[in-house]
Amino acid sequence: MNTRNTKVMNRFDITSRLIARLKHEEAVIGGIGNTNFDLWAAGHRPQNFYMLGSMGLAFPIALGVALAQPDRRVFALEGDGSLLMQLGALSTIASLKPKNLIMVVMDNGIYQITGAQPTPAASVADIVAIAVGSGLSNSAWAADEEDFERLVEAAMSATEPSLIAVRIDDKPGVGTTRRDPVQIRERFMHGLGVREPL
Amino acid sequence: MAIAGQQTSPQATQGAGEISWHGIVLQTLKRNEISLIPYVPDRVLTPLIKNLHADPFFTTFATAREEEAVGIVSGAWMGGRRGAVLMQTSGFATLANVLASLAVPYQIPLIMFVSERGTLGEYNYGQSLVCRTMRPVLDSLALEHHTITRLDELEFIADRSIKQAVTTQAPVALILNPLLTGGKTFDK
Repeated sequence: MNTRNTKVMNRFDITSRLIARLKHEEAVIGGIGNTNFDLWAAGHRPQNFYMLGSMGLAFPIALGVALAQPDRRVFALEGDGSLLMQLGALSTIASLKPKNLIMVVMDNGIYQITGAQPTPAASVADIVAIAVGSGLSNSAWAADEEDFERLVEAAMSATEPSLIAVRIDDKPGVGTTRRDPVQIRERFMHGLGVREPL
Repeated sequence: MAIAGQQTSPQATQGAGEISWHGIVLQTLKRNEISLIPYVPDRVLTPLIKNLHADPFFTTFATAREEEAVGIVSGAWMGGRRGAVLMQTSGFATLANVLASLAVPYQIPLIMFVSERGTLGEYNYGQSLVCRTMRPVLDSLALEHHTITRLDELEFIADRSIKQAVTTQAPVALILNPLLTGGKTFDK
Protein backbone atom coordinates (compact mmCIF):
# COMPACT_ATOMS: atom_id res chain seq x y z
CA MET A 1 0.00 0.00 0.00
CA ASN A 2 1.37 3.40 -0.93
CA THR A 3 1.86 5.95 1.82
CA ARG A 4 -0.21 8.57 -0.01
CA ASN A 5 -3.31 6.40 0.25
CA THR A 6 -3.07 6.24 4.01
CA LYS A 7 -4.89 8.41 6.51
CA VAL A 8 -2.89 10.99 8.41
CA MET A 9 -3.16 9.90 12.04
CA ASN A 10 -1.87 11.23 15.35
CA ARG A 11 1.11 9.86 17.28
CA PHE A 12 -0.42 10.12 20.75
CA ASP A 13 -3.68 8.54 19.61
CA ILE A 14 -1.87 5.68 17.87
CA THR A 15 0.43 5.14 20.86
CA SER A 16 -2.57 5.08 23.22
CA ARG A 17 -4.32 2.53 21.01
CA LEU A 18 -1.22 0.34 21.06
CA ILE A 19 -0.83 0.51 24.84
CA ALA A 20 -4.53 -0.34 25.33
CA ARG A 21 -4.01 -3.59 23.43
CA LEU A 22 -1.06 -4.82 25.51
CA LYS A 23 -2.20 -7.58 27.88
CA HIS A 24 0.94 -9.66 28.43
CA GLU A 25 3.52 -7.22 29.81
CA GLU A 26 4.93 -6.58 26.36
CA ALA A 27 8.03 -4.39 26.32
CA VAL A 28 7.83 -1.02 24.54
CA ILE A 29 10.92 1.00 23.55
CA GLY A 30 10.23 4.66 22.82
CA GLY A 31 12.68 6.43 20.49
CA ILE A 32 14.13 9.88 21.08
CA GLY A 33 11.89 12.92 21.56
CA ASN A 34 8.21 12.97 20.69
CA THR A 35 8.01 9.20 20.30
CA ASN A 36 8.84 8.56 23.93
CA PHE A 37 7.03 11.69 25.12
CA ASP A 38 3.79 10.25 23.76
CA LEU A 39 4.64 6.82 25.17
CA TRP A 40 5.04 8.44 28.58
CA ALA A 41 1.83 10.42 28.13
CA ALA A 42 -0.10 7.27 27.20
CA GLY A 43 0.49 6.10 30.76
CA HIS A 44 3.71 4.81 32.29
CA ARG A 45 4.15 1.05 32.40
CA PRO A 46 7.07 -0.77 34.03
CA GLN A 47 7.77 -2.43 30.67
CA ASN A 48 8.36 0.92 28.93
CA PHE A 49 11.84 2.18 28.10
CA TYR A 50 12.41 5.81 27.16
CA MET A 51 15.42 6.88 25.09
CA LEU A 52 16.87 10.27 26.04
CA GLY A 53 19.52 10.38 23.33
CA SER A 54 21.19 7.89 20.98
CA MET A 55 18.96 8.92 18.09
CA GLY A 56 18.13 6.02 15.81
CA LEU A 57 18.70 3.22 18.30
CA ALA A 58 15.12 2.34 19.32
CA PHE A 59 15.05 -0.67 16.98
CA PRO A 60 18.52 -1.96 17.95
CA ILE A 61 17.70 -1.63 21.67
CA ALA A 62 14.41 -3.45 21.10
CA LEU A 63 16.25 -6.13 19.12
CA GLY A 64 18.51 -6.70 22.12
CA VAL A 65 15.53 -7.06 24.44
CA ALA A 66 13.86 -9.41 21.95
CA LEU A 67 16.97 -11.61 21.75
CA ALA A 68 17.26 -11.69 25.54
CA GLN A 69 13.59 -12.55 26.10
CA PRO A 70 12.30 -14.50 23.09
CA ASP A 71 8.99 -15.34 24.82
CA ARG A 72 8.03 -11.68 25.30
CA ARG A 73 6.71 -9.48 22.51
CA VAL A 74 8.82 -6.34 22.16
CA PHE A 75 7.53 -3.18 20.47
CA ALA A 76 9.71 -0.29 19.32
CA LEU A 77 8.35 3.14 18.44
CA GLU A 78 10.56 5.18 16.14
CA GLY A 79 10.26 8.37 14.11
CA ASP A 80 11.03 8.48 10.41
CA GLY A 81 13.93 10.90 10.91
CA SER A 82 15.43 8.63 13.56
CA LEU A 83 15.07 5.55 11.39
CA LEU A 84 16.89 7.30 8.55
CA MET A 85 19.92 7.49 10.84
CA GLN A 86 20.12 3.74 11.22
CA LEU A 87 18.63 2.06 8.14
CA GLY A 88 21.24 -0.70 8.37
CA ALA A 89 19.51 -1.94 11.53
CA LEU A 90 16.59 -3.11 9.39
CA SER A 91 18.85 -5.60 7.59
CA THR A 92 20.35 -6.80 10.87
CA ILE A 93 16.85 -7.49 12.17
CA ALA A 94 15.82 -9.14 8.91
CA SER A 95 18.79 -11.51 9.07
CA LEU A 96 18.16 -12.49 12.72
CA LYS A 97 14.37 -12.80 12.22
CA PRO A 98 13.18 -12.33 15.83
CA LYS A 99 9.46 -13.09 15.53
CA ASN A 100 8.74 -11.29 18.83
CA LEU A 101 9.92 -7.88 17.56
CA ILE A 102 7.36 -5.38 16.28
CA MET A 103 8.60 -2.07 14.85
CA VAL A 104 6.31 0.94 14.56
CA VAL A 105 7.45 3.91 12.46
CA MET A 106 5.76 7.26 13.05
CA ASP A 107 6.22 9.04 9.73
CA ASN A 108 5.44 12.75 9.44
CA GLY A 109 8.26 13.57 7.04
CA ILE A 110 9.67 16.21 9.37
CA TYR A 111 11.99 16.75 12.29
CA GLN A 112 9.06 18.08 14.30
CA ILE A 113 10.95 18.70 17.52
CA THR A 114 13.69 20.82 15.96
CA GLY A 115 11.42 23.13 14.02
CA ALA A 116 9.55 20.92 11.55
CA GLN A 117 12.26 20.85 8.89
CA PRO A 118 11.51 18.21 6.22
CA THR A 119 13.61 15.05 6.30
CA PRO A 120 15.66 14.21 3.20
CA ALA A 121 13.29 11.28 2.64
CA ALA A 122 10.08 13.26 2.98
CA SER A 123 9.06 13.61 -0.64
CA VAL A 124 11.10 10.85 -2.25
CA ALA A 125 11.31 7.70 -0.11
CA ASP A 126 8.81 5.15 1.16
CA ILE A 127 9.58 3.66 4.60
CA VAL A 128 7.76 0.39 3.93
CA ALA A 129 9.51 -0.06 0.58
CA ILE A 130 12.83 0.52 2.36
CA ALA A 131 11.91 -2.04 5.02
CA VAL A 132 10.83 -4.63 2.45
CA GLY A 133 13.98 -3.94 0.46
CA SER A 134 16.00 -4.50 3.65
CA GLY A 135 14.52 -7.97 4.00
CA LEU A 136 11.57 -7.26 6.32
CA SER A 137 8.82 -8.70 4.15
CA ASN A 138 6.22 -8.44 6.91
CA SER A 139 6.01 -4.63 6.63
CA ALA A 140 2.91 -2.56 5.92
CA TRP A 141 1.43 0.91 6.00
CA ALA A 142 -1.53 1.27 8.37
CA ALA A 143 -4.41 2.67 6.30
CA ASP A 144 -6.21 4.10 9.33
CA GLU A 145 -6.55 3.58 13.09
CA GLU A 146 -8.56 0.39 12.77
CA ASP A 147 -6.06 -1.00 10.31
CA PHE A 148 -3.25 -0.15 12.74
CA GLU A 149 -4.99 -2.13 15.49
CA ARG A 150 -5.52 -5.02 13.11
CA LEU A 151 -1.82 -5.01 12.17
CA VAL A 152 -0.82 -4.93 15.86
CA GLU A 153 -3.07 -7.90 16.54
CA ALA A 154 -1.55 -9.82 13.62
CA ALA A 155 1.97 -8.99 14.84
CA MET A 156 1.16 -10.53 18.23
CA SER A 157 1.20 -13.98 16.66
CA ALA A 158 3.48 -13.37 13.68
CA THR A 159 6.25 -15.85 12.88
CA GLU A 160 8.67 -13.17 11.70
CA PRO A 161 9.46 -9.59 12.72
CA SER A 162 6.77 -7.03 11.88
CA LEU A 163 7.05 -3.41 10.81
CA ILE A 164 4.04 -1.11 10.86
CA ALA A 165 4.39 2.35 9.34
CA VAL A 166 1.94 5.06 10.31
CA ARG A 167 1.56 8.38 8.58
CA ILE A 168 1.12 10.99 11.29
CA ASP A 169 0.45 14.72 11.58
CA ASP A 170 2.90 17.43 12.66
CA LYS A 171 1.70 17.72 16.27
CA PRO A 172 4.29 17.72 19.07
CA GLY A 173 4.32 15.10 21.81
CA VAL A 174 1.66 15.40 24.51
CA GLY A 175 3.75 14.76 27.63
CA THR A 176 7.33 15.09 28.80
CA THR A 177 9.21 12.06 30.02
CA ARG A 178 10.88 12.40 33.41
CA ARG A 179 14.53 12.54 32.42
CA ASP A 180 16.11 10.21 34.93
CA PRO A 181 18.07 7.61 32.94
CA VAL A 182 19.00 5.34 35.85
CA GLN A 183 15.42 5.29 37.13
CA ILE A 184 14.13 4.57 33.62
CA ARG A 185 16.56 1.68 33.19
CA GLU A 186 16.03 0.23 36.65
CA ARG A 187 12.21 0.34 36.38
CA PHE A 188 12.40 -1.25 32.96
CA MET A 189 14.53 -4.10 34.32
CA HIS A 190 12.02 -4.60 37.12
CA GLY A 191 9.25 -4.61 34.54
CA LEU A 192 11.01 -7.29 32.54
CA GLY A 193 11.54 -9.46 35.61
CA VAL A 194 15.32 -9.11 35.47
CA ARG A 195 15.58 -7.26 38.77
CA GLU A 196 13.64 -7.34 42.01
CA PRO A 197 12.42 -3.94 43.28
CA LEU A 198 14.60 -2.44 46.02
CA MET B 1 37.92 -5.96 4.10
CA ALA B 2 40.92 -7.76 2.63
CA ILE B 3 43.23 -5.67 0.53
CA ALA B 4 45.97 -7.20 -1.60
CA GLY B 5 49.40 -6.84 -0.04
CA GLN B 6 48.12 -6.86 3.54
CA GLN B 7 48.29 -9.78 5.88
CA THR B 8 47.97 -10.53 9.54
CA SER B 9 50.90 -11.82 11.51
CA PRO B 10 51.33 -15.54 12.26
CA GLN B 11 50.54 -14.86 15.91
CA ALA B 12 47.02 -13.76 15.05
CA THR B 13 46.22 -16.80 12.96
CA GLN B 14 47.73 -19.62 14.93
CA GLY B 15 45.85 -22.89 15.36
CA ALA B 16 43.13 -23.57 17.92
CA GLY B 17 45.30 -26.09 19.76
CA GLU B 18 47.77 -23.48 20.93
CA ILE B 19 47.21 -20.71 23.42
CA SER B 20 46.16 -17.71 21.40
CA TRP B 21 44.85 -14.29 22.27
CA HIS B 22 41.53 -15.03 20.56
CA GLY B 23 41.19 -18.35 22.33
CA ILE B 24 41.62 -16.60 25.69
CA VAL B 25 39.06 -13.93 24.76
CA LEU B 26 36.52 -16.56 23.70
CA GLN B 27 36.93 -18.60 26.87
CA THR B 28 36.78 -15.49 29.07
CA LEU B 29 33.55 -14.39 27.41
CA LYS B 30 32.05 -17.83 27.94
CA ARG B 31 33.13 -18.07 31.55
CA ASN B 32 31.42 -14.73 32.21
CA GLU B 33 28.23 -15.86 30.44
CA ILE B 34 28.55 -13.29 27.69
CA SER B 35 26.71 -14.90 24.80
CA LEU B 36 25.55 -12.10 22.49
CA ILE B 37 28.32 -10.82 20.20
CA PRO B 38 27.43 -8.22 17.57
CA TYR B 39 30.42 -6.90 15.69
CA VAL B 40 31.68 -4.80 12.82
CA PRO B 41 34.52 -6.86 11.37
CA ASP B 42 38.22 -6.19 11.43
CA ARG B 43 40.99 -8.23 9.80
CA VAL B 44 42.80 -8.81 13.09
CA LEU B 45 39.59 -9.99 14.77
CA THR B 46 38.91 -12.57 12.03
CA PRO B 47 40.02 -15.70 13.95
CA LEU B 48 38.01 -14.62 17.02
CA ILE B 49 34.92 -13.89 14.94
CA LYS B 50 35.27 -17.20 13.08
CA ASN B 51 35.53 -19.21 16.31
CA LEU B 52 32.63 -17.32 17.92
CA HIS B 53 30.45 -18.14 14.92
CA ALA B 54 31.47 -21.80 15.20
CA ASP B 55 30.53 -22.04 18.89
CA PRO B 56 26.77 -22.48 19.48
CA PHE B 57 27.07 -20.93 22.95
CA PHE B 58 27.37 -17.55 21.23
CA THR B 59 24.92 -15.59 19.10
CA THR B 60 27.40 -13.85 16.81
CA PHE B 61 26.39 -11.52 14.01
CA ALA B 62 27.52 -8.48 12.04
CA THR B 63 25.83 -5.10 12.37
CA ALA B 64 25.95 -2.23 9.90
CA ARG B 65 27.39 0.23 12.42
CA GLU B 66 29.08 0.02 15.80
CA GLU B 67 26.49 2.16 17.59
CA GLU B 68 23.82 -0.25 16.41
CA ALA B 69 25.74 -3.03 18.15
CA VAL B 70 25.95 -0.91 21.32
CA GLY B 71 22.16 -0.44 21.22
CA ILE B 72 21.63 -4.19 20.83
CA VAL B 73 23.81 -5.25 23.77
CA SER B 74 22.30 -2.44 25.90
CA GLY B 75 18.81 -3.78 25.22
CA ALA B 76 19.97 -7.32 25.86
CA TRP B 77 21.52 -6.35 29.20
CA MET B 78 18.24 -4.81 30.33
CA GLY B 79 16.49 -8.01 29.25
CA GLY B 80 18.87 -10.12 31.30
CA ARG B 81 21.34 -11.31 28.68
CA ARG B 82 25.00 -10.31 28.55
CA GLY B 83 26.76 -9.19 25.40
CA ALA B 84 29.97 -7.65 24.13
CA VAL B 85 30.76 -5.60 21.03
CA LEU B 86 33.76 -6.21 18.77
CA MET B 87 35.09 -3.40 16.60
CA GLN B 88 38.12 -1.66 15.16
CA THR B 89 39.58 1.67 16.33
CA SER B 90 37.84 3.57 13.51
CA GLY B 91 34.54 2.05 14.61
CA PHE B 92 35.05 3.23 18.17
CA ALA B 93 35.40 6.73 16.75
CA THR B 94 31.71 6.65 15.77
CA LEU B 95 30.52 5.97 19.33
CA ALA B 96 30.87 9.22 21.31
CA ASN B 97 27.15 10.02 21.10
CA VAL B 98 25.85 6.61 22.14
CA LEU B 99 28.37 6.32 24.97
CA ALA B 100 27.45 9.74 26.36
CA SER B 101 23.69 9.44 25.87
CA LEU B 102 22.99 5.75 26.50
CA ALA B 103 25.69 3.56 28.02
CA VAL B 104 27.06 5.99 30.61
CA PRO B 105 23.93 7.84 31.84
CA TYR B 106 21.78 4.68 31.98
CA GLN B 107 24.61 2.85 33.78
CA ILE B 108 24.89 -0.05 31.35
CA PRO B 109 27.90 -2.39 31.63
CA LEU B 110 28.85 -2.10 27.99
CA ILE B 111 31.79 -4.38 27.19
CA MET B 112 33.82 -3.36 24.15
CA PHE B 113 36.74 -5.13 22.53
CA VAL B 114 38.59 -2.75 20.23
CA SER B 115 41.20 -4.03 17.79
CA GLU B 116 43.75 -1.24 17.75
CA ARG B 117 44.81 0.10 14.39
CA GLY B 118 46.74 3.25 13.70
CA THR B 119 49.89 2.54 15.69
CA LEU B 120 53.00 0.31 15.67
CA GLY B 121 53.34 0.05 11.94
CA GLU B 122 50.25 1.70 10.55
CA TYR B 123 50.52 2.55 6.85
CA ASN B 124 47.29 4.53 6.45
CA TYR B 125 47.61 8.09 7.79
CA GLY B 126 43.86 8.38 8.37
CA GLN B 127 43.92 5.28 10.57
CA SER B 128 46.76 6.66 12.66
CA LEU B 129 44.86 9.93 13.16
CA VAL B 130 41.56 8.30 14.12
CA CYS B 131 43.44 6.11 16.62
CA ARG B 132 44.57 9.25 18.46
CA THR B 133 40.94 10.23 19.10
CA MET B 134 40.11 7.02 20.99
CA ARG B 135 41.71 7.49 24.39
CA PRO B 136 40.77 11.18 24.69
CA VAL B 137 37.12 10.22 24.09
CA LEU B 138 37.33 7.44 26.68
CA ASP B 139 39.05 9.74 29.16
CA SER B 140 36.60 12.59 28.57
CA LEU B 141 33.81 10.33 29.87
CA ALA B 142 36.05 8.84 32.58
CA LEU B 143 35.48 5.39 31.07
CA GLU B 144 37.53 2.43 32.24
CA HIS B 145 39.88 1.23 29.53
CA HIS B 146 42.89 -1.01 29.28
CA THR B 147 45.38 -1.47 26.48
CA ILE B 148 46.37 -5.13 26.40
CA THR B 149 49.84 -5.82 25.02
CA ARG B 150 50.82 -9.17 26.60
CA LEU B 151 49.34 -12.62 26.20
CA ASP B 152 50.10 -13.52 29.83
CA GLU B 153 48.08 -10.50 31.06
CA LEU B 154 45.11 -10.86 28.74
CA GLU B 155 42.97 -13.26 30.76
CA PHE B 156 43.49 -11.37 34.03
CA ILE B 157 42.66 -8.00 32.50
CA ALA B 158 39.70 -9.21 30.46
CA ASP B 159 38.15 -11.36 33.19
CA ARG B 160 38.55 -8.75 35.95
CA SER B 161 37.36 -5.92 33.69
CA ILE B 162 34.21 -7.76 32.65
CA LYS B 163 33.38 -8.51 36.27
CA GLN B 164 34.05 -4.90 37.25
CA ALA B 165 31.84 -3.60 34.43
CA VAL B 166 28.95 -5.79 35.54
CA THR B 167 29.25 -5.10 39.26
CA THR B 168 29.81 -1.35 38.91
CA GLN B 169 27.34 -1.04 35.99
CA ALA B 170 29.86 0.92 33.95
CA PRO B 171 31.23 0.46 30.42
CA VAL B 172 34.71 -0.83 29.74
CA ALA B 173 36.89 -0.75 26.63
CA LEU B 174 39.50 -3.48 26.19
CA ILE B 175 41.95 -2.32 23.55
CA LEU B 176 43.75 -5.17 21.79
CA ASN B 177 47.16 -3.72 20.90
CA PRO B 178 49.28 -4.98 17.96
CA LEU B 179 51.83 -6.25 20.52
CA LEU B 180 49.14 -8.78 21.52
CA THR B 181 47.51 -9.58 18.21
CA GLY B 182 50.28 -8.91 15.72
CA GLY B 183 48.17 -6.17 14.23
CA LYS B 184 47.89 -5.51 10.54
CA THR B 185 51.02 -4.89 8.51
CA PHE B 186 51.79 -3.80 4.98
CA ASP B 187 54.11 -6.12 3.11
CA LYS B 188 55.22 -5.40 -0.42
